[in-house]
Amino acid sequence: MNTANETERSDIEELLPWLAAGTLDHRDTRRVEAALAEDPELARRYELVREELGETIHLNETLGAPSARAMDALFAKIDAEPARKPVVSLNLGARIGEFFASFSPRTLAWSASAAALAIVLQAAIIGGVLLKEKDTGGYETASAPTTVSGEGSYVLIQFQPQANAGAITNFLETNKLSIAGGPSAGGIYRVRVAAKKLAKPDLDRVVKELQHNTVVGFVAVTE
Amino acid sequence: MQTTSDEVLIGRIANGDRLAMQVLFARHHVGVYRFVLRLVRNEATAEDLISDVFLDVWRQAGKFEGRSAVSTWLLSIARFKALSMLRRRTEDELDDEAAGAIEDHSDDPEVALAKKDKGKAMRQCLSELSNEHREIIDLVYYHEKSVEEVAAIVGIPEATVKTRMFYARKKLSELLKERGIDRGWP
Repeated sequence: MNTANETERSDIEELLPWLAAGTLDHRDTRRVEAALAEDPELARRYELVREELGETIHLNETLGAPSARAMDALFAKIDAEPARKPVVSLNLGARIGEFFASFSPRTLAWSASAAALAIVLQAAIIGGVLLKEKDTGGYETASAPTTVSGEGSYVLIQFQPQANAGAITNFLETNKLSIAGGPSAGGIYRVRVAAKKLAKPDLDRVVKELQHNTVVGFVAVTE
Repeated sequence: MQTTSDEVLIGRIANGDRLAMQVLFARHHVGVYRFVLRLVRNEATAEDLISDVFLDVWRQAGKFEGRSAVSTWLLSIARFKALSMLRRRTEDELDDEAAGAIEDHSDDPEVALAKKDKGKAMRQCLSELSNEHREIIDLVYYHEKSVEEVAAIVGIPEATVKTRMFYARKKLSELLKERGIDRGWP
């Protein structure tokens, strides 16, 4: 590998943590993914990054939450503050946001309903055209057919930000998975991997297998 | 379901809306608490700090210009307050806490077990990193901050963010190696 290539590889390696966390822009994401596809050693190091990501999330999630004392202390201090005069925000984004937020839920619901109706009509027209062209046997989504009860074994999955709906659906179908909840903060879904409770070694094996799928950003065992 | 954006809440807080403050607090206090706790390593201190952080938000909301996400702004304030508090501590206090926080690696049954449990060992090593390295790993992996956002929170150039993250990860690998876990990198 020549010096220019080494510099490029080193630049790309530095970006791996942000690729794993899903916070790279599209241009860098494409650049890093292309390098990963060509460079097995870089791909191996990316697996190390994903391990770190999973354990950092695990560690932080075990830190707990502050007691109500923090909020009580805050509002006691706020109550002790002098009253203030209303100010006009200079932030255009916030003002636009405030404009929409100022609508009543009913107004917004009607607007949303009108928009949804337009989308449904559009989908019906497109669907009609497609049905004329092709007689399909129908399909079902990966998560829809079964009612997910509390029984079974579950994992937490964060999909790669660039993974599209088709790839995720295919992944769920292929691995016989059902989305049981989410997304929670950070885009993490609770996914059922088996209808019965698996032993920990079996569940660990399933997690390990799922980790290798390209649509998966992060996967961890959950209760 | 309609969710009021953080920016809208800040605008309302600037006008003295206590309810907006409650919503913003409910939305972000756990993340800010965990970020601060990892720096100061004391739950009571971390709780005191987060009420100070959100009090600053109450006072400064009118000056927020929306050039960064509200969560980034919150973490910037939190970091500043945590580091200021750490600087105020006497060296004796720091020495006592450091002695309590750093585990003895020799002949510790926990370490022997950790060799078998790589995840547990890595979490222990993450806790042993310096504040500088710990905060950047947390910001990138847990708080999902981009290079630009980390640069804004920590107050360093973007290129330094990338190299600091690299060296933090390298240090993590070295700590793991000391525990008998060789990742084959660096």
